[in-house]
Amino acid sequence: MTAPARETAAHALDISHVSKRFLVSGRKMLALSGVDLHVDEGEFVSIVGASGCGKSTLLRLILGLDTDYEGEVRIDGVRVKTPGLDRAIVFQDHRLLPWLNVRSNIAVALRHSPLGKAEKAERVDAQMRLVGLERFSDAYPAQLSGGMAQRVAIARALVNRPRFLLLDEPLGALDALTRLRLQNELLRIVRQEGATAILVTHDVDEAVYLGDRVVVMRPDPGRVATVLSVSGPQTHDRSSPGFIGLRDQVLALLGVAYNGAELSLAREADAREAAPA
Amino acid sequence: MNFTVALGAARAKSRPGAGPGLLSRLVSKLGASGWRPWLAPLAALLVWEIGAHLPGVDARFLPSLEAVAVRGWRGFVHDDLFHHVLASLGRDLAGFVLGACAGVSAGLVLGFSPLAQRALGPTLMTYRQISLFAWIPLVSMWFGGNEAGKIAFIAMAAFQPTLVNSWRGVAEVPKSYRELSNVLLFGRLGFVWLIALPCALPQIFTGLHSALICAWAGTVGAELLFNIAPGIGGQMNEGQQLFQMDRLLLCILLLGGVGLLFNLLARAAERRLLRWRTL
Repeated sequence: MTAPARETAAHALDISHVSKRFLVSGRKMLALSGVDLHVDEGEFVSIVGASGCGKSTLLRLILGLDTDYEGEVRIDGVRVKTPGLDRAIVFQDHRLLPWLNVRSNIAVALRHSPLGKAEKAERVDAQMRLVGLERFSDAYPAQLSGGMAQRVAIARALVNRPRFLLLDEPLGALDALTRLRLQNELLRIVRQEGATAILVTHDVDEAVYLGDRVVVMRPDPGRVATVLSVSGPQTHDRSSPGFIGLRDQVLALLGVAYNGAELSLAREADAREAAPA
Repeated sequence: MNFTVALGAARAKSRPGAGPGLLSRLVSKLGASGWRPWLAPLAALLVWEIGAHLPGVDARFLPSLEAVAVRGWRGFVHDDLFHHVLASLGRDLAGFVLGACAGVSAGLVLGFSPLAQRALGPTLMTYRQISLFAWIPLVSMWFGGNEAGKIAFIAMAAFQPTLVNSWRGVAEVPKSYRELSNVLLFGRLGFVWLIALPCALPQIFTGLHSALICAWAGTVGAELLFNIAPGIGGQMNEGQQLFQMDRLLLCILLLGGVGLLFNLLARAAERRLLRWRTL
C-alpha cells in the first residue's frame, strides 16, 4: 500500500498511457495506443467503438489476463498483475459450463471465496433471485434462452460482489427486445450491487442509455477519441431530445452519417474535448 | 472418422425414452426407430434363405437359415455354446478394461502436457498407422499364444481409439474456457476437474464406444489367430476344420448380435451420463 505519486491515482481504476502490441502473422500490430482512462468508484462507463479498436483488449488488461503491455493499469494505485475476485466479467457468449446446472454455474465462481458453505448457498440463491431465475436453478444451459443464459452469466459475475464489473458486449448476441429488457435489468442490478461497471458495446444507444460517461474509441491504432459525459434526468429516456442529441453525437464521432449533422457535431465535440475541462 | 460421425448423428437423433429402466428404454428405443432399420437385415436374411433353397446350391456351402437355427438351438441347449460365448466375453472385457484404462490415461497425459505431446505425439501418430494385425507375431512371442497373448492383443485394439479420442478431447477444450478458468481463479486443478475433463467427456466416451467395438473385433481376431481355446473364435476354427458351414454362420450371427448389444448399451450409457448435452 505505497502511496502513489501520481495525482491520477485518486481514482478507483487508472489506465495510464497503455499501449498494447499483438504479433499478427509475424508483424507487430498496435492494438492500443496511449490509452488513458480514469474510472471513479460506482461509475458506469460505456466504451463504444468499431470492431478492432481494442475495446475487448482493454478489458483483458483490466482483468489481468494479459500483462504484456506498455503503460499502467492500476486499481487504488496498485498495479494489476493477475486476475482477482474484485474484478468479474460477463462475456458476449454467456460462457456457462454446459455440464453444470444454473445453480452450479453460479456457485462455481465462489470456489475461492472465503465464505462458509451455508453462506455460499445463500449467496447463490440471492443471485438467482436478483436476476429472476430462481425457478430455473436446476436447468442446464442448453435449456435456457439466450437472454436467460446471459442473466446467469451476470449472476455468476456478481456472486463474489466484485468491485468492478466488466461487460464485454454482454447483450450483443441477443434479440432486440431481450436486449432492451436486459439493459434495464443491468442498470438495476449494477445499482443494487453498487459495482463499478465498464461496458464495452457496439450499440451506441446502449452505451448512452447505460453509461454515466461514454468513451468513444477509434481503431488503427485503438485509441480513446473522446469521453462524453452523460448527465441530466433525460438520459434514461430514449426519446428525449437530450438522449437523441447525445446518441447522434456519438454516432458522428464514430463516423456514421446521421441526420446529416455528423461533421459539425464531430468538430464541436473534438474542440470541446481539446479544451481543458 | 465415419464412425464418429455416425455416432454423433445417432446421438443427435436419440432422446431419452419415457421408461425409467435401462431395458425398457432400450426396447422403447427399438420401437421408436420404427421398422425401417430392420428392412435391410431382413432382406439379407431373405436373400440368404432363398439362395439356400435354390436348385443347384450345395447345402454344405450355404446352409439354410433353419439349419443354422437348429445348430444354434442344439448349441445353446444341449451343447456348451453358452460357455464359449462367455469365454469370449470374459476375454474381451479383460482386454477392453486394460486397453481402455491405458488409452484414456495416456490420452489425458498427452492432452494436458504440452511436453508429453511434443515428446510422444509423433511416435503415437506413427504407431496408429501400423495395422493392429502386424503386432500379432510380436505379441504372441512376448505374451505367448494363450490367454495372456490374446488379452494383450485385445487391449491393444482398445488402446488406440481411447488414446486418440481422449487426447483430442482434452486438447480441443476451447480457449475461451481457459480464459474463464483464469478469471474465476480456478487454478490448474480446478481447470482440469471443472472444465477440461467434463468438456472432453463426450469425446472420451466416443473413444470408449469405439474401443468396445474394436476390442470385440480384436477378440475374434485373437481367437482365430492365436492358440485355439474355448470361445467363439475357437468354435469357428473347429467349424472350419470340420467343414460345418452352419456352425460358422451361427458364430458370425453371434458376433454381430453381441456387437449390436454392445452398441446399444454404450449408447444408453452415453445418453445417461451426458444428459446435459441432449436435454
